[in-house]
Order: sequence, then structure tokens, then C-alpha cells
Amino acid sequence: MKNIFMAFVVLTVCLLAYSTYQGLFVAPTEQTMGEVQRIFYYHVPSAWTAGVCFFVNFLASLLYLWKRNPASDALAAASAEVGVMFCTIVLITGPIWARPVWGIWWTWDARLTTTLVLWLIYVSYLVLRRFAAGGQTQVLAAALAIFGFVDVPIVYMSIRWFRTQHPSPVMGGGENSGLDPAMLHAFFWNLLSFTCVGIVLMVIRYRLQKAEEQVEAAHAAVALQGGSR
Amino acid sequence: MSTFSTTRATLLKDLRMEWRSKDAINSMLFFALLVVVIFSFAFNPTAEESRRIAGGLVWVAFLFAAVVALNQTWARELRNQVLDAYRVSPAPPNALFLAKALGNFLFVVVLEALMTPLFVVFYDLRSVGPVWQLVVVALLGTWALVVNGTFFAALSIRTRSREIMLPLILFPISIPALLAMVDATTSILTGEASPDFWIKMLAVYDVVFTAVCLLLFETVLNAE
Repeated sequence: MKNIFMAFVVLTVCLLAYSTYQGLFVAPTEQTMGEVQRIFYYHVPSAWTAGVCFFVNFLASLLYLWKRNPASDALAAASAEVGVMFCTIVLITGPIWARPVWGIWWTWDARLTTTLVLWLIYVSYLVLRRFAAGGQTQVLAAALAIFGFVDVPIVYMSIRWFRTQHPSPVMGGGENSGLDPAMLHAFFWNLLSFTCVGIVLMVIRYRLQKAEEQVEAAHAAVALQGGSR
Repeated sequence: MSTFSTTRATLLKDLRMEWRSKDAINSMLFFALLVVVIFSFAFNPTAEESRRIAGGLVWVAFLFAAVVALNQTWARELRNQVLDAYRVSPAPPNALFLAKALGNFLFVVVLEALMTPLFVVFYDLRSVGPVWQLVVVALLGTWALVVNGTFFAALSIRTRSREIMLPLILFPISIPALLAMVDATTSILTGEASPDFWIKMLAVYDVVFTAVCLLLFETVLNAE
């Protein structure tokens, strides 16, 4: 198992190197936006990976409430943390791109706002995990995870309506409408490599979580025996 | 015991205790009053402006005030291990949750009824749209805040630093509801747009989250 994981890590590093090369050097420069468009190869794959992480978090939380096994709780904790990290990358790379292209750092557009609210929800999930006491943490966190996941479509729907009443910023005719095949090539390689990075980080974080729990259990066992060595 | 009778008994007990002590309603009222006065100083709006910003001001004030009451929801039941006694009793857990949520709903609605005249006086508010729609928005919006708030208060009571925890987990989830309340109120007050979508949206939010709360409450109550 360990060897398979190590091989996967090596493969991920190679993929990341290749896709970075594709995104930065091979893919053609966009005509109107220029070099800054290349952030697209990091922005969208990060958003995708964050979405995958939050979905894993939801499934793991459901599984925990059903089976009550520590493994799925550890997976929920790991995926939420990695997801928040990728979501942060999305929220940072977005404005860097938007400033030269749209002329503004931020706008309360549906997708932007939903991502921000998603980020807020999962940060609050991590805060709850940090502050909850003892053995209740898992159940409380799993409950909140389900609330958060249910909230996301409602947020998206409400913000979309909120914004369709107002003139929306230059959004149409973006990358999605007719992407150059060479760009598409670079994009898919980056999508694949970022997904692999997400999986690698989740597995590492998952192992760390399990190790932390074992250390805590050992401490508790020592305390129970009255040994204050 | 049936769900209905348990709910009624718990609700009446909470209302009686609140009627005698008036802890929650007094602190909420004073808090909301402070928010109104401070906002009034901070923005100093004309009648025309205040119609545009009142939706936001009113609901932010009520949201903050509601957190004061929500934080006290379960604190009383922790003393003398009432919550543990409830857990081992055969009474349905959702009855307890519904009673607590309804109690908070009544407190916040009373608060809103008492505070609205003050808002009208301080901000010189006059609604262009029909006032009964504001009542619908207020009832749906209050339930949206209170049903999740009661549930999250049950979560945060088990954490360290309880009082801080509740707004931290309640506000992110409540963002769509708050957006709907504020926009519906503003569209009614200014009479410029139809609040229909927002009212439907609040109804959907209420139904979805009431269902999720009822599904998960037993799990959270029994969390060890």
C-alpha cells in the first residue's frame, strides 16, 4: 500500500511538472488578455479540486453518521482542510486575473460570491472542529458538514437571481466559448495534475489525522492508568 | 408521550420561565436598541436613503439580537443535567427541538414587533409597497434564522468558548436567507421590484433546513 502511494506521489510530481510546462510555455498566448490568461490553468483546476474535496467531505460525513467509524471522520477532516486550501487558491488567483481583464479586483457575481460563501462555510467547519470538545467533535462536525453542503445550491440560486437584476460584468465570451485545442490540451493536463495533487494531500492529511488520534488515545490511556510520567 | 404534547409542555415551560425572568427578551431588546441608535449615528440617513438601506439595517440588527437569545437556548438545560435527563427519557428528541425553535421564534417575533415602531421613528420609514408582505417576509425570515440558530446553539453549547462559536457557524449558512430577507424588505419598502422570488426562496430555505434540522437533531443530542 505504502509503495503504491509513493509511486502515485512520484507520478503526481511528474504530471505537475509536465502540466506546468504545458500551461506556461506550450499553450499559445491569449490574444486580448495576454499572458495573464495563463492563470486560468491554475484557477479552474483548483476550483474543480476544491469541489471534489468538499464533495468527499460530504460523503465522508454522511458515512460517519451512518457507520460511526473514525476512518471516515478522519477523511472528512482531511478533505475539508485540503478543500479550503484549494478554495483559497481560487479566491486569490481570481482577483489577480480579474484586475487586468475586468478592471476590478472583485465583483459580487454568482460564481465569485458562491465560492466565497463556500469558503466561509468550510472555514467555520474547521473552526468548529478545532473548538469542539472531546469525543463529540466528529458528530457535531458531520452535522455541520451536511448543513454546509445543502446550503451551497441555495446560495448559488439566490446570488444568481440577485445579480441577474443588475448589469453583469464582462463575463460572456470568456474562455469557455471556443477554447483553442492547444489551450484545451494544457487545461486538461493541469486539471488531471491538480486532482492528483489534491488526492495526495488528502491521503497525507488523512494519515496525519489518524496518527494524531492515536497519540491522543495513547495520552488518554496513560492518564487513565494514573501515570504522570 | 406524543410529539405534540411534549412540544407543548416544553414550550409552555420555556415561555413561563421567560415571562418570569424576561432575561432573553430584555437583553435582546436593549441590544437591538443599541444597534438602531449606533447605526443611526453612523449613517445619519435621509428618508429617501433610509428606505434603501433600512432592509439591511433592520435585519442585521435582528440577526445580532437573535444570537443573544439563541445563545441562552440550551444553557438553562445544562444546569442540573436536564439535557442528560431528557436524553434517557422516552420523549421524542424532535419535540424538544421544535419547542426550543418555536420559543425562540416567538421571542424574536416579539422583539421585531417592539422594535419596528422604533425603526419607523428613527429612520422616518414609510413603505411604498404593501405592508402585509413585510409581515410575511418577517415571519419566514425569522424562522429561517431561528431554526438553524437553535440547532447550531445545540452544537456550540458542546464546544469551548460557546458564545463565540454560534455566530461563527450560523452566519455563513444563513447568508442566502439574509440576502433574501434584505432584498425582499428593500423591494417592498422602495416598491421598485417584486419581492415574490425572495419570498419563495425564503420558503424553500425554511422547508429545506427545517427538514435537515429534524433529521439530524437526535444525532446531535445524543452525541457523546
